[in-house]
Order: sequence, then C-alpha cells, then structure tokens
Amino acid sequence: MIRAALIFCTLIGIWQGVIWLTALPPFLLPAPRAVAGALWSHRAELGAASLRTGAETILGFALGAVIGIGLALLMAASAFVARWIRPVVVISQTIPIFALAPILTLWLGYGMAPKLAVVALISFFPIAGALYDGLQRVPAARLDLAQVMGAGGGVTLFRIRLPSALPDLASGLRLAAVLAPVGAVIGEWVGGSQGLGAVMLHANGRMRIDLVFASLALVVALSLAFQALVSRGLAARLERFAG
Amino acid sequence: MNGPLILEGEACLAGARLFPPLRLTLQPGKWLTLLGPSGVGKTTLLRLIAGLPVAAEFRGQITGARPAALMAQDPGLLPWATVAQNITLGPRLRGTRPDQARLQAILDQTGLADHAQKRPAQLSGGQRQRAALARALMEDRPLFLLDEPFSALDIALRHRMQDLTASLLRDHMVLMISHDPAEAARLSDHIYVLTRAGLQQVSPPADDGRLRPRPLDGPDTRRCEAELIALLMAAT
Repeated sequence: MIRAALIFCTLIGIWQGVIWLTALPPFLLPAPRAVAGALWSHRAELGAASLRTGAETILGFALGAVIGIGLALLMAASAFVARWIRPVVVISQTIPIFALAPILTLWLGYGMAPKLAVVALISFFPIAGALYDGLQRVPAARLDLAQVMGAGGGVTLFRIRLPSALPDLASGLRLAAVLAPVGAVIGEWVGGSQGLGAVMLHANGRMRIDLVFASLALVVALSLAFQALVSRGLAARLERFAG
Repeated sequence: MNGPLILEGEACLAGARLFPPLRLTLQPGKWLTLLGPSGVGKTTLLRLIAGLPVAAEFRGQITGARPAALMAQDPGLLPWATVAQNITLGPRLRGTRPDQARLQAILDQTGLADHAQKRPAQLSGGQRQRAALARALMEDRPLFLLDEPFSALDIALRHRMQDLTASLLRDHMVLMISHDPAEAARLSDHIYVLTRAGLQQVSPPADDGRLRPRPLDGPDTRRCEAELIALLMAAT
C-alpha cells in the first residue's frame, strides 16, 4: 500500500517536473492540478461513463471466460476437436482489434453488444490457452489412478483434470483481466456515445486535453481495481481450492 | 478370477529391445516382488498388467487379467479433497455410493481415523502414503499393484509402512516393483530380478511361509539380500 502510494506520488511528481522544465502549453500537456479539476467539474459525466465502462468490462470478461473455459474443455476432451479449433482460435487473435471493432459496431449496433464482443474477444484467448495447457499437464499419477479405477473420459475431465488445472485457469484469468478494460475502451472509442472511451474521443475533438487525461486516469484506476478484483476475489480462491 | 495371472511377451522401445521374451506368473494370494536396474521395463510390466498406456511396444499376451488397485511412489492424492474423499475416490469416480462402514474400518486399520476430514497438505509424508494404501484397500480389487510405494520414505517410516502393508495385503495377489533388496526379502513370496537378459528368479528367505513381514535378522534374510544385491550389481 505504501509502495503504491509512493509510485503514484513519484509519477505525479515527474509529470509536474516535466511541465515546469518544458513549459508545455496546457493544451498539449495539462498539469496534474488541471486534470484533478476536470475530474471534479465533470464528476457526473465521468462517473456515469466509468460505470458504463466498468459494466462492459465485467460482462465482457464474464462472456470471454465462459467462451475460453468452454473452448479449453472442448479441446481437452478431444484431440480431434483441438486440431480443428486451435488454428481458428489463433487466427482470431491475429485480427487487429481496432480494425474489427468498427465492423462489430456495424453488425451489433451502437449499444453495449459490440463492446462486450470486443472485450470477450481479447479476454477469452489467455483464459482458453492457460486452462488448456493446465488440462494437458495434470500429474500422471492422478490420471493413472482414475484410469485404473475405471473412470470414463468425461468424469476424469471434470473430476480430476479440471480441478487440477484451476491454478492455470487462475493465471489465465489474471492475464485476461489486464486486457479486458482496454477492450471496453477500444469498443467505445470506435463507436458509441457512452463510457470513458467515448468521453475521451469527444474531449479530444474539442481539445479538452485535461478531460482526456481525467478519463485516462479513470481507465487506469478502473483497470487496477478490476485486476485486483479478479486476482484476489477469483483467481486466489481457485488456487486455494486446488491446493 | 481364482487362477494365476500370466504375462508372456517381449517389449521394444523406439526400435530397441526393452525386455526379451519372458513369462511372469502372479499366483493368487502371493506377493511377488520385481527388482531390477532402472529403465529395464519393470514399470512397463506393471502398467501392462494394470491396463495403462505404455510408451513401449508390447508383443505378447496377458491371461487372467483382473481389476487392480494401484499404489505408487507418488501417493497421487487430490489436494482439494479430504482424506476420506481421497480414499473413496474409486467409488466416487464410478458414480457408486462409498461403503461407509468399510471406509471407517479402513480408516481404523490405517490409523487415519482422526485425519479423515483433513486435506492432504495437512498430513505428514507417512500419513499420505497410508492414505494411498487406504485408497487401494477401499477398491477391494483382486490384484494390488505397488510401484515402489515406499521408496520416498525415510528408513523408519518405510519399515512401519512395510509392516502395515504386509499385514493388510496378506493373502492377496500382489505385484510390487522395488529397488530395495531388504524390502523384497522381508515381504515377498516370490522374487524376480529383471535385467536386459530377462527374468531371473531368486528364492525368498526360507521360513515357515507365514510370518510377514519377515524379521530383518531372520536366518535366511541376509542370504537372500546378498544374492539380490549381487545380481543387481552384475546387471549394471
């Protein structure tokens, strides 16, 4: 906690120092105090936008987790399925998300759906990858026992392999939690009128750099909070369960 | 399932011969111990008899195969399950209701009654191995396959586990893989050494055949141990 506060103060100090040294005009780099002022004077707008982006992050992440876990289980259940799904999954990650987001908006409209799709698209991959690896690396002694005991493939998958792979799922969730808020902001940036990404886009167009920075600060705060929530609330529990 | 279990055949690994044509016979009610240098195919034999996948290519047949209970060096306990849940893993995986009276009896026999609700992480190494033994007993199978079950334990624990296992598996068909000549001499009715040349039988210590485990300083135990050590040294 003390370290976090120190890092925060140091970064603010460097920021203020750059302004003193370079005397950059406020429309290029606003001072920390100006950003704090924008945060306060636009608190209603920014609060609503944060709620919106937060909701997109949580829902999109949940959707991505369901898809990622489902894909990993499917691939682990059948080597045949894995051979066909793996390339598709990899291809899905080669598409630049900034290029795809406008197309998703075109298809799904200006509401929340395309944002959820973007968040799910970038968060499912680390979850599916980590869980699939974990399902393939279960201690051999456990698998031997299950087979000698006469357990079928499905029972072994859900009762032995999945619980054994929960720590791997936890690291996938942690990684995806870092990416999810970025996905929400990208989705808002390319199409939409709500959320922090939309606020940033409009403020940028009106040269309100202080408001851009204020939104940016909220994105960072939201990302850190979401990461902490997933890491401590979810991932740590999974790790503790799997012992 | 009253007859012997006979494995006959040879195995190759990546084109090279793992073990030559051999014939291994497990007798009902008898404890057979298989020793040999590392990498000679002892565990492959055990896995073939267990019906588990092996890396080697086996040409031969197994007659009289029967359901087995497995106990290995790695106790393989599930860390998220309690001791009682681990012991009843077999019935739980097969979707049948575990016999609670039997579970209680086995917990008592293995000295785990006070630990039934603990997680494996809360147990000592010896307790974990006892839980693995209890899990094998719970299976109630006509064949016990032990793959170096005691080799990770210190000497005192190892002897206590040998005493307990010998008393509980008495009159069962047992195949044990071991690296320890003393263990083989103490516990076995039949002893074989597997080398590149094949199987070689060594006569167990002469006794009245009933006392298990045999006393360490038994009249013929030393002779048997020495013979095994000489064979193992010649093989490597």
